[in-house]
Amino acid sequence: MKQGLHPVVMIMLVAAAVLFGRLLPTWTLSLATIAASNALIALGIVILARTGNVSFGQGLFYAAGGYGVALIANAWGITDALVQMLIGAICAGLLGLVIGPLLARYTGIFFGMLTLALSMVLYGALVKTTALGGSDGFNIGRPTLFGMNFTDTREADFMLYAVSVVTTGLAGVSATILFRSELGLASLAVRENNLRVEYLGISSSRVITINFAIAALFAGASGAFALMAQRHIDPQFAYWTTSGEFVFVAVLAGYQSVAAVFVASLALELVRSFSNLYLPNTWQLVLGVFLLGVILFLPRGIGSLWIRQRRKGVEAASVRPVRVQTEPVQ
Amino acid sequence: MNFFLTIVLDGLIQASWLFIVALGLTLVFGVLKILNIAHGSFYALGAYIAATAVTTVAAHSLAPSVGFIAMLISVALIGSTVGLLLERGLLKMFYGRDEVVLLLVTYAVFLILEDLTKLIWGVNPIYATQPYELFGNLEFAGLSYVGYDLVLLPVSAAIGFLVWFGLNRTITGKIVLAVIHNEEMSVSMGVRVNRVYAVAFAFGVLLASLAGALTAPKISMQPGLSSDVIILSFAIVVIGGLGSVEGAAVGAILVGLARAASVHLLPQAELFMIYLIMAGVLMFRPEGLFKRETARRI
Repeated sequence: MKQGLHPVVMIMLVAAAVLFGRLLPTWTLSLATIAASNALIALGIVILARTGNVSFGQGLFYAAGGYGVALIANAWGITDALVQMLIGAICAGLLGLVIGPLLARYTGIFFGMLTLALSMVLYGALVKTTALGGSDGFNIGRPTLFGMNFTDTREADFMLYAVSVVTTGLAGVSATILFRSELGLASLAVRENNLRVEYLGISSSRVITINFAIAALFAGASGAFALMAQRHIDPQFAYWTTSGEFVFVAVLAGYQSVAAVFVASLALELVRSFSNLYLPNTWQLVLGVFLLGVILFLPRGIGSLWIRQRRKGVEAASVRPVRVQTEPVQ
Repeated sequence: MNFFLTIVLDGLIQASWLFIVALGLTLVFGVLKILNIAHGSFYALGAYIAATAVTTVAAHSLAPSVGFIAMLISVALIGSTVGLLLERGLLKMFYGRDEVVLLLVTYAVFLILEDLTKLIWGVNPIYATQPYELFGNLEFAGLSYVGYDLVLLPVSAAIGFLVWFGLNRTITGKIVLAVIHNEEMSVSMGVRVNRVYAVAFAFGVLLASLAGALTAPKISMQPGLSSDVIILSFAIVVIGGLGSVEGAAVGAILVGLARAASVHLLPQAELFMIYLIMAGVLMFRPEGLFKRETARRI
């Protein structure tokens, strides 16, 4: 595979993005935090999608991370943003390791449906659990960092922005490394034909499980960020439309570039907040039209705007069999 | 014993309308290979249109039976038109793309329809209860049931039989089955696959909106209706096997009974029960109960 950006360049880009946050007005800061956290979970979906499986239930891990953090942080009095993020990632990652092997047998639509089903099971359970606030959820306190308390709202927002951008940036760098690794290439092979991969002596379900657990890990961290940004959690985290939005970001980004995921996530948040502002009752409609437009005019996602022909060789190998023309010849 | 009977009857009543929704979903998947997320929105659309028809008729102080008929006719007309327009105007552009892409297209349609119904009918609950008293109350084994609910059972069975008969015993149905089995072969035999696609999708939408209309008198129409229904019907078709009519029937009965049982015994676990059944079925039959084994590409 052709080389993209060097990881060191990426880390510098991340640092630049963090410093850029000092210049942003307050309202964009929280928007960018949510965008970064959504990019993180969408990145997980992209990683998993490289094995050919699209998860429509990342809300499961998003909620698992969020609720895990909220409960553990409340019980032990942990307020540190980094620790909370790690707790979220670990909770969801462990769950992913348990569920992954069970789901690895399924492909395509069934994989998507099963993940969706599991997230809806969690949703159903959370709504009925009065100890966790039922459908209203509950609140948690403001996060701190390294023992520092942020009383100024802007400083607190910036801290969260910085932590989420750095985390997502590092996740992006590790994803790029992963894509170029043996496992990453094996994932592409599993997407093409899992049976042949098995013949070559690689366990395709192992490949899927590892990717699945990584996606879950990212989703858990993302859930922790969403929790810290809103300081509130409710079962909506696990609802299927929440998961749908993450898949939306992944599709918007296309499956070829890590940077595109960030751009797509930011674009979605901008569209959402502007349509919230000007068309408060029809933002879903705007979102739907936007999604249709992207699928129609940018079939390879936003990433195809700047990655045009670079991976031609790889694409040629992965072209699917063309479906027949559906009109009979007269 | 009575308690058990209540659960079974409630479950079957639930199953009757769920079956009609799921039948549409499974047919659309069978023919077009699209898992239609917007299917629940068509259900909601049917319910809302029915409410408008019923309240309009009631405003002119006509009999509830007129309202019932008006609701069925208006829903049938609008439902099939919407389906036809969507397939020809939108879905057609995405054929040949990945299954997941088509799923996202229907997700976009779901988002759009969700807001459109809110724009047209508002966010407050709407009721259309007039036809609900149409068939009076019936005594059954010492239990009192609303006649309308019990009428749904034969109606749904009849729809199921008609679809089965249409598919398996008529020429048109055979052509549709041919497209389901092998689209390329059908094209080369001269089948106008485009036309089959359009009709199948319109029919799927018609079934969903009809189910919406039939349940409209029983429920209150409000936002969120569509996403609840799609979640249930997904479970049904996955249990039964995507694309199978018999599967939709068995899946609907299982889900209906599970819902009724958990409502009576363990209300906290309603959604949980349904997906537990689904996960259980998929553990042993990954393709659902009624799906034929297909050859694996090597």
